Amino acid sequence: MTREEVFERLNKVFREVFDDEDIVVGEETTAKDIEDWDSFEHINLVVAVEDEFSFKIPMGKVVTMKNVGEMADIILELGK
Amino acid sequence: MKELEYPFVPEDLLKRKKNIRKQLLADTSANYIDKKIAILGGSTTNTIRQMLELFLLNYGIRPSFYESEYNQYYEDGMFPNPQLEAFAPDLIYICTGNRNISAWPHLSDSRERIEQKLQQTMEKFRGLWERLAHTYHCPIIQNNFEYPFFRLLGNKDASDMHGRVNFITTLNCRFYEYSQTQENFYICDINYLSASYGLEKWSDPYYWHMYKYAVAVPAIPFLAFNIANIIKSIYGKNKKAFNLDLDNTLWGGIVGEDGAENIEIGQETPLAQTYSEFQEYLKLHKQLGILLTINSKNDEANAISGLSRPDSVLHPEDFVNIKANWEPKSMNLVKTAREMALLPESFVFVDDNPAERAIIAEQVKWAAVPEINGVEHYIQVIDRSGFFEVTSLSQDDLKRTEMYRENAERSRLQASFENYEDYLKSLEMKGEIREFIPAYMSRIAQLTNKSNQFNLTTKRYSQSEIEAIARDPEHVALYGRLCDKFGDNGVVSIVIGRIDGRMGEELHMELWLMSCRVLKRRMEYAMMDELVKKAQSIGIQKIIGYYYPTAKNAMVRDFYELMGFTRISEDEEGNTVWEFVIPNEYIEKQQVIELIRSQ
Repeated sequence: MTREEVFERLNKVFREVFDDEDIVVGEETTAKDIEDWDSFEHINLVVAVEDEFSFKIPMGKVVTMKNVGEMADIILELGK
Repeated sequence: MKELEYPFVPEDLLKRKKNIRKQLLADTSANYIDKKIAILGGSTTNTIRQMLELFLLNYGIRPSFYESEYNQYYEDGMFPNPQLEAFAPDLIYICTGNRNISAWPHLSDSRERIEQKLQQTMEKFRGLWERLAHTYHCPIIQNNFEYPFFRLLGNKDASDMHGRVNFITTLNCRFYEYSQTQENFYICDINYLSASYGLEKWSDPYYWHMYKYAVAVPAIPFLAFNIANIIKSIYGKNKKAFNLDLDNTLWGGIVGEDGAENIEIGQETPLAQTYSEFQEYLKLHKQLGILLTINSKNDEANAISGLSRPDSVLHPEDFVNIKANWEPKSMNLVKTAREMALLPESFVFVDDNPAERAIIAEQVKWAAVPEINGVEHYIQVIDRSGFFEVTSLSQDDLKRTEMYRENAERSRLQASFENYEDYLKSLEMKGEIREFIPAYMSRIAQLTNKSNQFNLTTKRYSQSEIEAIARDPEHVALYGRLCDKFGDNGVVSIVIGRIDGRMGEELHMELWLMSCRVLKRRMEYAMMDELVKKAQSIGIQKIIGYYYPTAKNAMVRDFYELMGFTRISEDEEGNTVWEFVIPNEYIEKQQVIELIRSQ
C-alpha cells in the first residue's frame, strides 16, 4: 500500500463520515480544518478508519495522532 | 429504509449516518410524530443518540433530544433541573451499565453487608425513577446490567454471593421486580443484547478508556435499534399481523407438485423439524394477539391440504384470513388488510422468495419484509427485528384472534339479512359509555396512539396525560365499550373535549376516535348521543369539532357533517372546523345499541 493509496482511502472515509464530497485531506489536515470534526466525531472517524483498513489502531497510537499525516503513518506501519 | 432494518450493517450505519439522516428527513411521504426524548447517561451517549435518531425516523418518529453531560444521569434526574423541565420530555431513557455500580461486594463481606450494598444501589436507582416519574410523568426506559467482563472467582462468580456476576444477577432481578409494579417503566435488556452480540466485544474496555463508552461503538447500532423498538411499541407502532407464504416458508417443498403427503413438516426429518419449530414460533404469537394470515400462490384446496396434515403445528383455524390463489401477492395483502380493517403497513410479510419480497417492499410501502434466508434462521431474523416488541399486554391483545373470528361470524350473519337495520338489531349490541375509569387508562392511551383511520385530530396521548384529563374539570372525556351476542369488543371509542368560551358554554373536541373493528355498527352515533347528553348536563350550548387531514384519515373527512354539524371554516391544508348548536329537543341518533347509562 502506497502513501497515495492510503490518502485516497482516507479521503473516502472522511467524505462519508462528514457527508461532504468536497473534503480533501492532506498531511497537515487537523480537526480544526473540518467543521464537524469534534471529539465525538473523532470517535466515529477512528471506528470508520479501522473498518476501512480492517485493523484496530492501538490505544497508544490513537492518543498521539496529531494530524492526518500521522494517521497515515500509523496505517502504513500497521499495514506492513 | 432497508439499511435500518435487521440485519443492518453496523459499520455502514456509523459511517454514513449523516447521509442516511438526510435521506430520511427528505422523505416527504413520511407522516412523522414528534417526540422529545431525554437521554440520561452514565457514559458517553453521543453515538447512541445519533443512531437512535436514525432508527426512530425510520419508524416514523421524529425525535428531539435532551442529552445529559457525561455520567450526569443521576444529578440531572435527581435534582432541580430547569433545562430538563423546560424541555418537558415525552420519554426518558436512562443509559447505565455495570460501570456505574460503585458498591461491589468484597470477598470478606458478610451476607448482611452484601445485602446492604445491593440495597444501596437499588435505592439510588429507585429514588431516581420515582423522582423522574413524579416530576416528568412520562415513560422511563432503564437499562439493566450487562455481565462484568472479568470474573475474579471464575465460574464461582455466578453462584457465590461475593461474585460480581451473582451481584448483577440479583440487581437485575430487583429491577424487574420494580418494573412489574409500574405501568410506565420499561427495561432495556442489555444483558440479553450483550450476550447475543458477544460480551467480549460489547464490553471491549478500549472504548471505555478512550472515549468513556461503556458499549463498544460498533455495537451501538444494536443498542439503539433495541431502544427504538421499545419506543415505537410505546407509541403504538408495532406490527399487528403476519402475512405468510406457504411453500418453502411454512413447510419444505411445493404442496401443489409434491402433494401434501410429501411436504417437509412434522418430526420425520431434520428439515421437517426445522419447519415445525418455525410454525410453533408463529403459533406462539397468537398469545400476543398477533394475527396470522396466509398469502400463497396455490390452489386453495392444496393450501388447505398442507395445513390439514395432522402433524402440522398450524391448522386452517389458526389463520384469520387465507388467500391461496394466483393473484399478485401485493393485491392479496392489500385486500386482506382491508377485510380485517387494518392498514397494509401493519403486516409482516414472510416469504422465502426474494422476488416476491421485492414486489411487496416496492408496492406496499411501510409493510415489513424481513430478509429471511434458510429456514433454520427464520426465527432469528424475525425475532431480532422486534416487530411485536411488547410494552403492554392488554386483555384485548390476548383475545384478538378470537375477536377477528367473531367478526367473521358477524359477516356471515349479515349475509343472511336483507335489511342492514335488522342485522344490527340481531346483534343485540350493548354499549357502555362513561367517563374514564382507572381500569381503562392504559387501553385508552393505547388507542390514542394506535388509531389512524377513524381519528379526527390524530392527537396522541401518554397514559399520564390521559389520567390528567380524567381529573381535569375543564375536560369532558368519554370512552365507549361495545359488546354483542358474539363477544366483547372492549373499549373502541374515545372522545375528549375541552370546555371553553366566556361562560364555559363551548366544548372543543380535541379528540374523537373509534377503532375500525366496529365500523358501521352505529357506535359513533351512540358516542354523539352520550356526548350531547353529558354536555347538556353541564351547561354546554355548542360543540366545536375539528378535522385535521392526514394520509390515513380520509374516511372521517365528512364525519361531523354526518353528525349534524355545520362547517364554519377550512384552510388551505384542508383542516376544517365544525359547529353543533345543541337544540333543546335533541333527538337521539341511534336505536340499535342498548346503553348502560353514564353515571
